[in-house]
Amino acid sequence: MAEVFSKSRTGIKGLDEITGGGLPAGRPTLVCGSAGCGKTLLALEFLVRGATLYDEPGVFMAFEETADELTSNVASLGFDLGDLIARRKLHVDYVHIERSEIEETGEFDLDGLFVRLGHAVDSIGAKRVALDTLETLFASLSNEMILRAELRRLFRWLKDKGMTAIITAERGNNSLTRHGIEEYVSDCVILLDHRVTEQISTRRLRVVKYRGSLHGTNDYPFLIDEQGIVVLPITSIGLTNEASDERISSGIPLLDAMLGAKGFYRGSSILVSGTAGTGKTSVAAHFVNAACQRGERCLYFSFEESMSQVVRNMRSIGIDFQRWIKYGLLKFHAVRPSEYGLERHLLTMHKLVDEFKLSVVVVDPITNLTLTGSLGDVQAALMRLIDLLKTEQLTSLFTSLSHVSTGLEQTVVGMSSLMDTWIVLQDIESGGGRTRGICVLKSRGMAHSNQVQEFRFTDRGLQPTKSLNEEKAENGRLK
Amino acid sequence: MKKPKASTKATSKVEDSEAIWVLYLYVAGQSPKSLTAFANLKKICEEHLAGKYRIEIIDLLETPQLASGDQILAIPTLVRKLPEPVKKIIGDLSNTERALVGLNLRPVS
Repeated sequence: MAEVFSKSRTGIKGLDEITGGGLPAGRPTLVCGSAGCGKTLLALEFLVRGATLYDEPGVFMAFEETADELTSNVASLGFDLGDLIARRKLHVDYVHIERSEIEETGEFDLDGLFVRLGHAVDSIGAKRVALDTLETLFASLSNEMILRAELRRLFRWLKDKGMTAIITAERGNNSLTRHGIEEYVSDCVILLDHRVTEQISTRRLRVVKYRGSLHGTNDYPFLIDEQGIVVLPITSIGLTNEASDERISSGIPLLDAMLGAKGFYRGSSILVSGTAGTGKTSVAAHFVNAACQRGERCLYFSFEESMSQVVRNMRSIGIDFQRWIKYGLLKFHAVRPSEYGLERHLLTMHKLVDEFKLSVVVVDPITNLTLTGSLGDVQAALMRLIDLLKTEQLTSLFTSLSHVSTGLEQTVVGMSSLMDTWIVLQDIESGGGRTRGICVLKSRGMAHSNQVQEFRFTDRGLQPTKSLNEEKAENGRLK
Repeated sequence: MKKPKASTKATSKVEDSEAIWVLYLYVAGQSPKSLTAFANLKKICEEHLAGKYRIEIIDLLETPQLASGDQILAIPTLVRKLPEPVKKIIGDLSNTERALVGLNLRPVS
């Protein structure tokens, strides 16, 4: 059996999963994309991670930016290039040719480049090399024939030296790269893309080619956050999660009673839908409150209200969120959905879920996310989110605003099939007054009530309405 | 023909110290291109700068650390250090016309 070639881990979150273990070790990989799509950062992070995580020093040949510019550009990502250079883990060589200063007079080769690269590699014992962006040479030197022959020799040389290399190149109009460099680098090609649709930007990464290896072929969204590049190969999560038999309280005795007197399954997904003002957030708050009382941690994504607004409002129904926040049991993440793209929301959720040992997640409301992408995108993202939460055995509660015109029981995102339990809240007009009703539309794997139960909010939370007469009396007193 | 030696070598014929030309020729070992370049350079200098030039040969195989200072990529590269401004000419200097233009020894026609 032929030996399977080894791979070199990039250390970039998600990329090693897509490529099944990293880039081909000891071979060049081409990273192409248009301006501003993150090529330089990917190449640089590959070296930084190599130096810090895998003890593989790297040489960065920069054809566009000086070492100082690079250092300050990536300082915000927590990469301390100066330190790595001082510890001889990284060597940055700025290669620059000013065409106006140069006269070409006959035969030449690029031995100078080879000598510099070879010297840098030998001086720190480098295992990795990044050339960013080699194609600028085409602008600097007019003799393309010599240049092409030398590039071919350069890639051969890199292979002979056993360097795992990233070569970046500009995207061409009809080809992967503007100057056809893909012709020389044939082992692995990664394409980066930066799209803006409806004013929201999404970066995507695709492994176009990976000779001799299986790889994910989708367009994977990726982000550049405060720690570098993160690729999201989350679609790979499947339906393999364990189902728990444990039941947890919804925090509302009435609702628990409707759910076979036990409440929700732990690790299930719950949808609370209703028209405006039916008390979706309050139902969510009860659930969070109950979890905090059990000493479990909760994460609350608020897409409509600020943290202090939710805290104030919930105080009126007798729920003290401030206390849970102080104990570190409740964490708020309040942000406008349009603040950034869907992928970034998803990633933020991922990160918070990872960082914060959680048991309950609330997204209020999920319908606002539809502002950030097409219906299909939102559904795909939600599916990934729910898969993630279920794998982690987290119980999730989503609120959803339904419009009267589209029917009370219609959820805008059409995501009810993803949910295990669906609770509908509604306005009930009766006898010149309004009251609210709650019913369980579905709840997988348990006996549940099919009644619409009337309820109202009091300063002790959600309470069932005892009888119509009592309600009338109450209303009368309020007037 | 005089072969460039591996070590840094100076050929100086100084008459007028004010107008002295300092030329660095970067090579990588004794390749045919480098030898041709040195021969051509010698010829040009003798014809146009007789007695007021100095050529230094820098072999990058021996002193690779010198390559980045003058931003050397192509071999051979001739760098006119003095008189300023610094000029760079790449190639084996077989195109004498362009070499002279590059050195500012002849105005662009």
